[in-house]
This record gives sequence, structure tokens and C-alpha cells, in this order.
Amino acid sequence: MKRSTIDAWVGAFVALGLAGLLFLALKVGNLASFSTDQTYQVQARFANIGGLKVRAPVKSAGVVVGRVSEIRFDTESYEAIVSVNIGTQYQFPRDTAAKILTSGLLGEQYIGLEAGGDGVMLKSGDRLRLTQSAVVLENLISQFLFSKAAEGKDEKDAKK
Amino acid sequence: MAHMAEGGSRPVQILERLGQAITAKILRLGFAARFLFYLVLHSGVAFRRFGLTIREIYFAGVLSLIIILVSGLFVGMVLGLQGYETLQRYGSSEALGILVALSLVRELGPVVAGLLFASRAGSAITAEIGLMKATEQIAAMEMMAVDPIARVVAPRFWAGVISMPLLAALFSAMGIFGGYLVAVQLIGVDEGAFWSQMQAAVDVREDILNGVIKSIVFGVAVSWIAVFEGYDAPPTAEGVSGATTRTVVTSSLAILALDFVLTALMFAGGNA
Repeated sequence: MKRSTIDAWVGAFVALGLAGLLFLALKVGNLASFSTDQTYQVQARFANIGGLKVRAPVKSAGVVVGRVSEIRFDTESYEAIVSVNIGTQYQFPRDTAAKILTSGLLGEQYIGLEAGGDGVMLKSGDRLRLTQSAVVLENLISQFLFSKAAEGKDEKDAKK
Repeated sequence: MAHMAEGGSRPVQILERLGQAITAKILRLGFAARFLFYLVLHSGVAFRRFGLTIREIYFAGVLSLIIILVSGLFVGMVLGLQGYETLQRYGSSEALGILVALSLVRELGPVVAGLLFASRAGSAITAEIGLMKATEQIAAMEMMAVDPIARVVAPRFWAGVISMPLLAALFSAMGIFGGYLVAVQLIGVDEGAFWSQMQAAVDVREDILNGVIKSIVFGVAVSWIAVFEGYDAPPTAEGVSGATTRTVVTSSLAILALDFVLTALMFAGGNA
């Protein structure tokens, strides 16, 4: 086969392969979103983070505004310290509340932000004061059983 | 009982034979490692005269395209059907995109493309080099003071190393397209959910880059085994056919073993 024919085929092959890689990176992965944007970091303390992971989304009103960047355990207060990177285009008041929520029944856990009414905005290094921990299913069930048991006792007391 | 009596009569010989088999394996491995070292040191020609390597990319890469693309398409389509079957029991058929994309990008793309590449291109490389040796073309080159490793082996090795990641990426891309065809066009999973859930779950560094690294490692392993088996083949018809078989068997096993090691290194960190 002629040299130029081989060159053309190999060139097409390499271009096709790179196009495949690009397709994987852009269409299948999420290279385009949230990698080059400017962010600021705030921290929040939680008594229990449940199954929250690093890189979990941070959402406000359902829109992804940032990502969890670090999760640490504080040996002084025995709480989890979660660092969160929020895009600089999303400014939140200082008394914004952070909750650990679950998307769907069995979905991944994320941090939900609810904006407060303070006039001063959050800045890098601030701490979110109002937090709500993850709901742990076992605790929920034990609370439910406990309240059921208490109800049953009340009914017995009423019959007497 | 008969063979036990026979073995018992000459236990030292059996031990010796066992030891010889293992020693031969170790010697061969040492030769293969030395061969790779020499090959990498003398691969300047493969890059200075890149036309040689391009020719080999044509034979190793371009001619493997059809089998890679068609297999990728069908593997993706089967993943779509099977995944839907399981996921719909839990009412989460929208996660089909995640299942198809992650299993292809992390595992099936590099591994199946590697296995196909070993049997399609690796065997051809072994047979070609082995036959060149059997017909004394290699010896003729040495007579003319042309280093056969630099002139014949290195371009084939680097062509395999370059082609393999591209083929694996195409396999994954084609598979995801196949999964899309089955999930969205055939079954009717919501198109937006299919792509957006996939994009949310597939990480560029964690998943795609690790998949590419895997395919590069497999490319090195398969090309190394293929050129070594060809160069080391006994210069007879039987020897070349045996070497070709060994290339496919050894590189398939190497791919699967390396895949386990790489997966354990990459994804067992617990933050997946």
C-alpha cells in the first residue's frame, strides 16, 4: 500500500481515537462543569454526617452551587468539620443554614443550603453556624419504636 | 498406584525436572525484562523515522478498528439490556447511564479492548516477527549491521502502546453509544436523565483518566509480550505457531491479572 494512504488511515484513526477520548471527557464525564471556576471556602460542623463524601454536591434550591472539599473529625468537640467550596458567583448571607440531605430514598447525600436574612454575606473562612445533621435510619427507627411504645403505654394508662 | 511407585523410585529426577521447569521460566522472564530494557533504549529509530511506527500503527490500530467498534457497540447494548432488567426492579432505570458508562470506562473498555487487541494485533505481531526470524530476515539484517530490535521490534512495540489507549477509548465511547441506543431509543429511558446522571457520576480524573492509564498499561504489556514471543520463537513453523498461541494466552492472563492489581490500587481507596 502507498505511504500516503497509510498516513491518511493512521491520521484518521488517531483523530477518531482522540475524538473518542474527548467524547468521554466532555459528554460522559463532567470536565466542563465546576473545575476552573473561582470558589470560596466555608466550614460547617455537624454532629453526624451520615454517608457524606468528599466531592459531594452542595445545593441551594436544588441547584448545585459548590462541592464538599474536605471532611475532618474534630477531636476537641467530637464533631465532623466539613469544608465546602462554593462558586464565587453564589453569595450567601452569613446566617445561611446547612443541612445534610439525601437525594431520593437511596440516593447520594448532599449538603443543602438555606439562605438566611442577614445583610452581611459569607466570606472565605467563615463558619456556618446553623447546621442539621444527616438522618440516620437506625436512630429514626428507634425513635419511632420508642414513640410507639410510649403510645401503647398511654393507651393502657387511659384504660385504667 | 503404579505411577506412584514409579515416581517413588526416582524422586530426585522428578524434583530436578520440576526445578528445571521453574528455572527455565525465571530465565525466560529475565531475558524478557532485558529485552524490554534494550528495546526501550534502542527505540530512537522508531521515533526518528516515525514513518516506520506509523506503518505499524496502521496494522495494529487501524485494522483492529472494525472488531473494536463492533464489539464495543454490542457490549454496550447488552449492558443496556441487562442493566435495565436489574435496575427497573429497584425503580431506578434512569441510573442506566451510570451503570453503562462506569462499567465501560473503568473496566470493560480497557479489558475487553485489551483482550481483542491481544488476539487481533498481538498475535499478528508475533507471527510476523517469528516468521521474519524463521526466514532469516532478522539474521540478514544483523549481517547488514542493522539492529533488528531498533528497526523491526521497536516500531511494532510503540505502535501497540500508542494504539491501545485509542482503541480502548473508542471501545468505551462506542459502548456508551450502544447503551444509549438500547436505553433511550429502544426501552425509552428518559434521555435527559440518562446523560445527566451519567455526567454527575462519572469523574474525569477518577474514572476516565484511570481507565486511560489502565489501557496504556495493557498496551505496554500486550505489545511487550507480542514482540518478545515473536523474537524468542523457535525459527520453525511449529515454533511460530506455538509462539502466537502463547502471545494470546499470556497477554490475556496478564491483562486480567494487571486489571485486578490496577483496580485494587485505583478504586479500592474507599472514596469511589
